[in-house]
Amino acid sequence: MSQPGGKAPANSWENPAAEPFIRIRNLSKTFDGFPAVDGVSLDIYQGELFAILGGSGCGKSTLLRLLAGFETPTAGEVVIDGVDMAGRPPFERPTNMMFQSYAVFPHYTVADNVAYGLRKEGLGKAEIKDRVAELLELVQLQDFARRKPRQLSGGQQQRVALARALAKRPKVLLLDEPLAALDRNLRERTQFELMNIQDKLGITFIVVTHDQEEAMTLATRIAVMDAGRLVQIGTPTEIYEYPNSRFVADFFGAINLFEGRVEAGDPSRIVCAETGVLIHAEPIAGQPLPETLFVAVRPEKIRLSREVPAGEGMTVMHGTVEDLAYYGNHSVYRVRTDQGKLVQVSSPNAHRSAELALEWDEPIHLSWPRDCSVVLTE
Amino acid sequence: MKRQGRSPTFLFSCLCFGFAFLYIPILVMIAYSFNDSRLVSVWTGFSLRWYGALWENEQIIDAALLSLRIAFVSATLATALGTLAALAITRMGRFRGRTLFSGMLAAPLVMPEVITGLSLLMLFVSLEGLIGWPLGRGADTITIAHITFSMAYAAVVVQARLTTMDRALEEAAMDLGCRPMGVTFDIILPLIAPAMLSGWLLAFTLSLDDLVIASFVSGPESSTLPMVIYSKVRLGITPDVNALAAVIVAIVGIGVAIAGWLMARMARTGAGRSA
Repeated sequence: MSQPGGKAPANSWENPAAEPFIRIRNLSKTFDGFPAVDGVSLDIYQGELFAILGGSGCGKSTLLRLLAGFETPTAGEVVIDGVDMAGRPPFERPTNMMFQSYAVFPHYTVADNVAYGLRKEGLGKAEIKDRVAELLELVQLQDFARRKPRQLSGGQQQRVALARALAKRPKVLLLDEPLAALDRNLRERTQFELMNIQDKLGITFIVVTHDQEEAMTLATRIAVMDAGRLVQIGTPTEIYEYPNSRFVADFFGAINLFEGRVEAGDPSRIVCAETGVLIHAEPIAGQPLPETLFVAVRPEKIRLSREVPAGEGMTVMHGTVEDLAYYGNHSVYRVRTDQGKLVQVSSPNAHRSAELALEWDEPIHLSWPRDCSVVLTE
Repeated sequence: MKRQGRSPTFLFSCLCFGFAFLYIPILVMIAYSFNDSRLVSVWTGFSLRWYGALWENEQIIDAALLSLRIAFVSATLATALGTLAALAITRMGRFRGRTLFSGMLAAPLVMPEVITGLSLLMLFVSLEGLIGWPLGRGADTITIAHITFSMAYAAVVVQARLTTMDRALEEAAMDLGCRPMGVTFDIILPLIAPAMLSGWLLAFTLSLDDLVIASFVSGPESSTLPMVIYSKVRLGITPDVNALAAVIVAIVGIGVAIAGWLMARMARTGAGRSA
């Protein structure tokens, strides 16, 4: 399955001439002096499936509510498709929202829920009927049109909410934690359904989520938020492989962090402060490096071997296996280096019996090539 | 499944005792309403003559009709005002004096009736002196007084429903192009309807039941049912009061049954939980 956003004409965010569809400039919102959203600037392009990711209380939901018009910004502006949204109430914006609680109207039938926005728009009866039928088919709820929400499962209610939000053909669909309330199997299916629907309709989606896995699989681009500010914006790959701070590196999956100093004169050689081991890294061009910095290495980039690994630019450590966990498709090892640092390694179980059947307390070599070391200054 | 602890027989007798305590006085009263004797406490035989006497007694019939009329009007207005107050408190954001307002709204719940009655009487008397209204006291002043205190009950019931309601429902309606006024009629009112009905029933019952406040603000021409019964009992009880009480119990019983059925139906059709 290809990423739907991959079809967006030559990744518009990389094209400096492309006109952003949603332009957010210095947007701030303070509640009683506390900044929930703090100077956010962001460009989102037409047809993107954009994810805003962060822990609870980071301001991601407030940002979404500012876009929908439920909150008035303290400062800054939001422009959607060339129109300034300042002073526009939610009922006059080209956005529709899918709420975290779904907010399906309990006293309306499924069909009436979906038709609600169209009725408010003043469309004719026949047209509403056609549109509702079309939407219910899109979310596969044709047979449930006359049911009340109470008689539906959580997943079905969520699809009603989606159909209702899509009914008015909004320019932007805002989704607040769309998958949070679903169980694991349903989540995965819904995720692909969402991507298919987005692909089919070409509507710009903005998804707010706290789940990095969800953001990675769904989104064309991700903005990571912390304490009201955007920390990093990039494609899932960029954010996973090239995090720009310890916060982002830590937020996305497991990571090993080594604090270190640059060895005199050579920015590609960093000495780990805790272990004294020499770490090889790609030199960072252009910027002067601070005294102490961090090297981040993903667990799956580290290789385990019994014999001493050789190669130019390999970082090598030695330790003993302290813990191991078998997950079927891969195994996770926690190795205590001789200097006492705990390193997490994950290796795929590509063969039925692992060629490297490690046991507890077994001495082992750790190694990774220099291009897997991510040097972080913050 | 074997239950731990007390035996079912013990629990069942507790239940019976509780119900007996609650209902035996009422049952005795209903039984004696069918008594043939003029004396309340001596059983001489079955008869419906006191129901006949009740039907002939214009004073009681008029008082009952007056009470029902007052209760109906005051409950309706109290529910309307109480709903508006509850909407203001829960949906207007944090306006100036909100805490004071919500505290003052609930105050009549704990205010002694004597004080409410007396203060309303003084208000009516001084208003009459100042602007010539209300001219004397009667059904209108009782209705106003009943709205004043039962509005607090209606407001509390509706407020409870509004605070538990998902705000996202209203936001979703607005997001789909509905203006704030439309949200009130499309979303809020249908969902708080059961709570409004509960509030109305509560206000209706309180008004029908009230003796103290009505005594303060009533005029010579307007005696509500509780006032008539109270004065009759003071002159010595007659069995037609028993008959009257039995009729009231029957009416209340039917009313509660209908309300319960209505609320169950609304809950079934998904109009929201009753508060």
